[in-house]
Amino acid sequence: MIEPAVIVIGQAVAALLVAPFIVGLIRKVKARLQCRQGAGVLQPYCDLLKLFRKDVVVSTHTSWIFTATPYILFASTLTASLLVPIFLSKVPINFAGDVIAVVYLLALGTFFLILAGLDAGSAFGGMGSSREAIVASLTEPAMILSIFAVGLTAGSTNLSTIVHKTALLQDIVTDPPPHLMAFVALFLVTLAETGRVPVDNPATHLELTMIHEAMVLEYSGRYLALIEWASALKLLLFLTLLSNVFAPWGIATEAEPAWMALGVVIWLVKVSGLALVIGVIESMFAKLRLFRVTDLLGVAFILSLLAVVFFYILRV
Amino acid sequence: MIQLALLIVLAGYCLGILLSLLFHHRPRIQNVVAHGSALLGAAGGVAVGAMGLAAESPFVFSLPSTLPLLRYAVRLDPLSAFFVLAISLVGVAVSVFALGYVREFYGRHSIGALGALYNAFLLSMTLVVLADDGFFFLVAWEIMSLVSYFLVVTEHEKAEVRYAGFFYLIMTHVGTAFIIVTYLVFYQQAGSFSFDAFRNLSEPLPQALQSVAFVTALIGFGTKAGIVPLHVWLPYAHPAAPSHVSALMSGVMIKTAIYGMVRVYFDFLGGEFPWWWGFVVLTVGAVSALLGVMYALMEHDLKSLLAYHSVENIGIILMGIGAGMIFQSYGLTHLAALGLLAGLYHTINHAMFKGLLFLGAGSLLYATHTRNMEEYGGLIRKMPWTAFFFLVGAVSISALPPSNGFVSEWLTFQSLFLSFQLPDLLMKIMLPIGAAMLALTGVLALACFAKAFGISFLAMPRSAHARHAREVPATMRAGMAGLAAACVLLGVAPMVVVPAIDRVTAPLIGVSIADKVLAEGGFAVMPMGTGFASISPAVLGILLAGLVPLAWLVAVALGGKFRKRYYKTWGCGINLTPRMEYTATGFAQPIKQVFSTIYRPTVKLETELLEESHYFAKHMRFETHIEPVFQEYLYDPVVRSLNAVADRLRVIQTGSLQLYLSYIFVTLLLLLLWVR
Repeated sequence: MIEPAVIVIGQAVAALLVAPFIVGLIRKVKARLQCRQGAGVLQPYCDLLKLFRKDVVVSTHTSWIFTATPYILFASTLTASLLVPIFLSKVPINFAGDVIAVVYLLALGTFFLILAGLDAGSAFGGMGSSREAIVASLTEPAMILSIFAVGLTAGSTNLSTIVHKTALLQDIVTDPPPHLMAFVALFLVTLAETGRVPVDNPATHLELTMIHEAMVLEYSGRYLALIEWASALKLLLFLTLLSNVFAPWGIATEAEPAWMALGVVIWLVKVSGLALVIGVIESMFAKLRLFRVTDLLGVAFILSLLAVVFFYILRV
Repeated sequence: MIQLALLIVLAGYCLGILLSLLFHHRPRIQNVVAHGSALLGAAGGVAVGAMGLAAESPFVFSLPSTLPLLRYAVRLDPLSAFFVLAISLVGVAVSVFALGYVREFYGRHSIGALGALYNAFLLSMTLVVLADDGFFFLVAWEIMSLVSYFLVVTEHEKAEVRYAGFFYLIMTHVGTAFIIVTYLVFYQQAGSFSFDAFRNLSEPLPQALQSVAFVTALIGFGTKAGIVPLHVWLPYAHPAAPSHVSALMSGVMIKTAIYGMVRVYFDFLGGEFPWWWGFVVLTVGAVSALLGVMYALMEHDLKSLLAYHSVENIGIILMGIGAGMIFQSYGLTHLAALGLLAGLYHTINHAMFKGLLFLGAGSLLYATHTRNMEEYGGLIRKMPWTAFFFLVGAVSISALPPSNGFVSEWLTFQSLFLSFQLPDLLMKIMLPIGAAMLALTGVLALACFAKAFGISFLAMPRSAHARHAREVPATMRAGMAGLAAACVLLGVAPMVVVPAIDRVTAPLIGVSIADKVLAEGGFAVMPMGTGFASISPAVLGILLAGLVPLAWLVAVALGGKFRKRYYKTWGCGINLTPRMEYTATGFAQPIKQVFSTIYRPTVKLETELLEESHYFAKHMRFETHIEPVFQEYLYDPVVRSLNAVADRLRVIQTGSLQLYLSYIFVTLLLLLLWVR
C-alpha cells in the first residue's frame, strides 16, 4: 500500500508530464498523414520551456483578471484532473467531487478565460469569448448526461466508483446501446471542448475562424505557457475519461505499486490510441462553420439524453 | 428570549417608519434613522431566525383583534425561522448599503417616505412568513404587495416606471386573488382561518378540492415568484425600484412565495400527493429556469438581466421542490427530504447572491447613472471593490465551485439523478431530462454572467459615464462585502447549513437526513449516504487556492526571472478605440442565432445611400428585437377583451350621482326580494 497523498501527487505529476506528449503525438500523426516528417513528439515540451523563459507583454488595457486567469485556469484544470481516475480506479480524494464537479471545475476555467478574452479590448478576443460561450453552453450538458448514462449502470455519478465497478465487472459489455451512444456523445464533446477540428482548428491563426486561439491571442511568455499546458491537460483529461469510463480494463483496482505501474502503461497506450484517432479525424475533416457546429453539438446532447432514456427502456 | 428578539424586530421597523416620517425635510437625518432602525430590526430578525431554528418546539403567540375572522397570530416554527433568517440577513446588508445609496435621492425624492416604506416592506415580509392565520397572512401579504408597489414607483416621474408599477399592481392582485381561493378551500372545511385548523382538518379534503388548492396556490404564489408564464411583470418592476429595494424584491420578496408553496403543499396538504403535482412543479421549474436565463442573455439593461435571472433561479428552486414532491408521492421520504433540502438551500443562496448582484448593479448605477451595459466598460480599474464583489456574485450564481450556488445546484442535480429509485418509468426518464435542462441552464447562466461582468467591468470605458465613474462610498461596499462573505461561507460550510435546513424539512416530511447528507466530518455533501456521489466544496476550495501559488512556483522554477512589458493592445495598426470592442449585443449574437426558434428575432436595417455612388452609405440604422412571446400571445388578448367588456359597461357609467344612487336603491330592493 502507498500513502494516499503520494498517489494524489503522483497522479498530478503523471498528468502534467504526459499532457504535452499527447499534443505532440496528434501533431505527428497529422504531419505523417500530410506526408510531412513533422516535428518530434517531444516538441511541445520544448515549446513550453521556451515560453516559460520568455518575457511577457501585457496590454495596458487589461486588469488583474488577465494576469490571474492563467493561474486560475491551470489550478482548476489540475484540480479537475485529480478527480479523474488515471491509473488507479479509486482516486484518494474521490469524495471531493464527482463528474458534475469535474464539469463545473472546467467551467470555472472557461469562465475566466472568457473574461480574459474580453479584457484586452480587442475585437478578436471578444469574438473568441463569445464563440467559446456558445460552444461551452452546448457541450457541458452533454458531458454530464453522457457520463451519467454510464453511471446508471454503476449506480453512481462518482467517477472513481464508476471506473472501479466497471473495472471489476466480469461481463465486458453491460448496456451496449446506451454506452455506445454515450461514448459517441462524449467523443463529440471532447472534440468541441478541446478545440479540435471540426469545431475549432488548433493550428489556425486566421482570426475569423478561431475560437480558443482568439481568446488567448493577447497572451505571451509564461502566461501563454500555463494556458497551453492547461489546454493540453484538459485534452488528456477528456481522453482519460473516454478510455477509463468506457473501457477501464487494465486500470489498477488496488493501490499496489506493481498494478499501478501496469496501470500507467495501459493508460498511456489507451490515450495514445485515442490521440491517433483524433489525429486522423483532424486530417480527414474540414472545420465546420460556427453555426454548423451547433448542429453537431446538438447531436451530442440528444445522443446523451437518448442514452439515459434507453438505459431505462431496455431494463423494462 | 424569542419574545425579546421579536420585540426588537417590531420596535426596530416601527421606529424606522415613525422616525423617518418625523424628521421632515431633513434627508440626512431621515436616512440615518430609517436605515439605522431597519438595521436594528433586521439584526433582531437574524436572532429570531437563529433561535427559531434551534428551538425544540414552535413559538406561538396571538392577539385577538376587533375585526371578525382576523387574529394576530404568530408562529415561529423552523420553516418560518428559516425564511425570517434569509430575509433578515439580506435586510442587514441592504440596510448598510442603503445608508450610502440613498444619498443619490437627496433633493429629488422624499427620503422620509422612502425610508418609512423600506421599513414597512421589511416588516411586512417578516410578518408574512410568521403569520399563523390565513386572514392575517393575507393582510401582511397585501401590505407587502402595496408597499413594494409604492417603492417600485419611487421614480414616478418616468413613464416607464409608472407602467412597470401598474403592471406589477395588477399582476400581484391577480395572484392574491388565487391565494384567497386556496385559503377559502381550506376555510370551508376547517371553519376557521387559523393555520392550525388548516393543518389538522377533522376530515381530509376531497381529492378534487385538494387539487384545486394545489393549482390555485401554484398560480397565486407563482405570480409573486415569477414562474413562466406569470413572470412578465418581474423584469419591469424589479429594475424600476431603487436598487437596494430591487435587491430585497429579487433576493427575498419572491422567496415569500416559495415559503407559501412549501407551507401549503408540505404543511397543510402534507404527505399524500398525486404524482402529477410534483411533475407540474418540476416542469414549471424547468421551463422557468431555461426561459429565464435565455431571456436574461438578451438583456443589456443590467438590472433587467438580473431580474430575468430571478425567474431562472426560482425555476431551479422549484425543480428541487418538485423532485421532492414526486419522491414524496411515491413514499420515498428520504429522497423527498433531499429534494426539498436542495430547493431551500438554493433559496437562501439565491437570496445572498442575487442581493449582492443587485447591490452591485446599484453601485454601477450610482457611479455611472445608467443601467445600460453597453455604456459601461473598464470599471474594474475605477471601482475595484465593486468589481470584486460583483465577480464573487457572478461566480456564485453561475454555480462554479467552490461557491454556494455550486453546492445547491449540485444537490438539485443529485435529487434529479436519483430518480432511478422511482417505480414509475415515465418519472425515471423525466427527472434526468429535467437534469439536462438544469445543466443547460447552468452553463447559459455562466455565459450570461461572463457577458455581464466582462462587458461592464473589463476592457476600455465605452462612454463618458464610465470614464468618470468613481468607487462607491464605504457603507455601500460594506453591504456588498457582507453578502459576498455569506456566499463563500454558505458554500464551504455545508456542515452548518445542511443541519439547519434539515431542521426545517424534518418536521414537514417526517425524516431527518442531515447525517445521511453530510460525510467526512461535515466537509463533504452526498445524497443519502448511498455512495452515489459526493462533493466537498471545502476541499475543492483548498485545492484551487493551493494550486494557484503552485502554478506560480512552477512558472518560476521553469522560467526563472522574467520581465513584464506593458504595451497597448494590438489593433491591426490603428489605435484601439472603445467602438472596436465587442459589445454585449455582439457577445450574445451566436446564442440568439442558435436559439432563434425561441427568440424569433426581427432585424430591421435601413440604409440611405449616397447619391453619387451606391457603394457608400450615408446613414445606416440597425434595429433588432426579440419577440415578447408571452405578452403578445397570452396577455395582449386578455387585455384586449377586458377593454372591450369595459367599453360595453360604459353605458351604465354616466357620471350622474342620481343615477348611481338609484342603482344602489334598485340593488337593495332586488336583494331584499331575493332573501325574503
